[in-house]
Amino acid sequence: MKSAMIVFLKEVRENLRDRRTVINTLLTGPLLAPVIFVLIINGIVARELDKADKALQVPVAGAEYAPNLIAALKQQNIEIKDAPADAERAVREMDADLVLRIPKSYADSWSKGESAQVELIYDASQRDAQGSVGRLRAALEGYSQRGGALRLLARGISPAVIRPLVVADRDQSTAQTRSGTLFAMLPYFFILGAFIGGMALAIDTTAGERERQSLEPLLVNPVARGKILIGKLAATSAFALISVLLSIVAFAVVGRFLPTEKLGMSLELGVHFAALTMLVMLPLVFLISTLQTLAAAFAKSFREAQTYLSLLMFVPAVPTMLLSLFPIKTQTWMYAVPLMGQQITITRLMRGETITAEQLGLCFACTAAAGLLVYLITAQIYRGERLAISA
Amino acid sequence: MIEVNDLHKSFGAVKAVDGVSFVARDGEITGLLGPNGAGKTTTLRMLYTLMKPDSGSVRVDGIDVAADATAVRRLLGVLPDARGLYKRLTARENIDYFARLQGLDAQTRNQRAAALISALDMADIADRRTEGFSQGQRVKTAIARALVHDPTNVILDEPTNGLDVMATRAMRAFMRRLRYEGRCVLFSSHIMQEVAALCDRIVVIARGRVVADASPDALLEQTGAASLEDAFVAIIGSEEGLAA
Repeated sequence: MKSAMIVFLKEVRENLRDRRTVINTLLTGPLLAPVIFVLIINGIVARELDKADKALQVPVAGAEYAPNLIAALKQQNIEIKDAPADAERAVREMDADLVLRIPKSYADSWSKGESAQVELIYDASQRDAQGSVGRLRAALEGYSQRGGALRLLARGISPAVIRPLVVADRDQSTAQTRSGTLFAMLPYFFILGAFIGGMALAIDTTAGERERQSLEPLLVNPVARGKILIGKLAATSAFALISVLLSIVAFAVVGRFLPTEKLGMSLELGVHFAALTMLVMLPLVFLISTLQTLAAAFAKSFREAQTYLSLLMFVPAVPTMLLSLFPIKTQTWMYAVPLMGQQITITRLMRGETITAEQLGLCFACTAAAGLLVYLITAQIYRGERLAISA
Repeated sequence: MIEVNDLHKSFGAVKAVDGVSFVARDGEITGLLGPNGAGKTTTLRMLYTLMKPDSGSVRVDGIDVAADATAVRRLLGVLPDARGLYKRLTARENIDYFARLQGLDAQTRNQRAAALISALDMADIADRRTEGFSQGQRVKTAIARALVHDPTNVILDEPTNGLDVMATRAMRAFMRRLRYEGRCVLFSSHIMQEVAALCDRIVVIARGRVVADASPDALLEQTGAASLEDAFVAIIGSEEGLAA
């Protein structure tokens, strides 16, 4: 193992001298994701809070025909504004989120006891406006129900007669689970951190070494190739691991500054989370580093290796996308699938849900086994005659 | 001493080495001469255990390469055709890396490195990063790291390739010094003058076979040629004639 250590130390030392590698693995990779995250979350939170607290501004056409309705809306913290001349066009061109139009016949229908119509003009494809539309609609329906109830009471009928069914919402989501959907991307960032962290070394120690023609002299030394491979893998894994570790720490720190509680959410990004996440990421880092080394060993040049590894980087996105598109019930076998197991475990940890020792063990053991398998394949390639021959 | 007996190596249908045998003795410089593509590099790669021969055997100081490749590598100092350095390490660090892989202790490492740096006249570049080294400086560093474990047998694949006149002269002087120290020096070249200037023994390879194996004088006698270059052409030419 002494020779593996010599190779490891040399690769670490050499790569620490490469400013680009250091910046990419130890700075950009782990820190970019949390920064983007904070910006996005803060943006969402600021906008949501803005909307909830502020008076909703509604352009109303024909407000003069329904003074009672307007007064009721004003009580619901809705600010009445003058409507643009062409309401439909204003909405289409996004000058207004929505416009309420009250026709001249409104007062007439209302006083006759008929259904009076108001028009709500909006664009359903404008996601941004949907909150405002929902708020106004709720206010209008509330007013309608109160009016209806009064009419029935005036005729001596209980309002319950026309409401045989009342739906009461019982939302079972907790503050943690609500944050879960928002933070489903988080595990992906950690996994990506492992990819970015190991990439430079995986290429440099294999395809790079071959391209700069230093592999052949290296292999002439009286050291088994398996040991050289172990040293190189250890260096790659170490960089990837540090990248992931920094990423986790960065998220733990950043998590404190996220205004999640204002959204009624909470994140468990404490020491417990960091420790268990690191535990399940450990075998995955080894698996990823080995995969990267294997892919780079097949490449004839630096550039070719970069292409392979970039393609490889799409692989961890697959379980993330599958799980967000098809939010199926978590089953035990899923912990056994590398990447997916980590994804589920980290998501659950973040949501403050418990993970059993068996689930953790399954996730760790299966990923480690996959890593070992890829290592054996890579070792086989390393023993091959073709590996050393440059160009 | 390096003994090569009936080596064969094919890549698909191409017979790169087709029955090569020769002996390189201690205290002698043996030149492996042949045109480009004759099988010199493949032969050397089998000697320094990077490739396995399809058949035939190689013995270094009596140890069979097939039986104990690691032991053989300890006895060999190799300057392969590929001689890339780690450009973010200094020349001394490059040498030290290989010294560590050879399993040398700290004191021996420093002594050997200092001796080689002075012998190769590279004190001025020893502590510079190798990025931006000239071809000559790169070869010096590559040789120093190849010989850091003080091997009795030295294999050099086209050692003067790409060197200027001064660097070539320095390289030849260094090879004579290795011979003087009693080592077995085996090098390949496709340049006649070089082989003529250095070798005690010339092994001519063409089309994967040994077509001549003699001292320079004997080679001249054998062919009746006036110069070694003519002799070389005569040997290769007659082979081609036979093949046709």
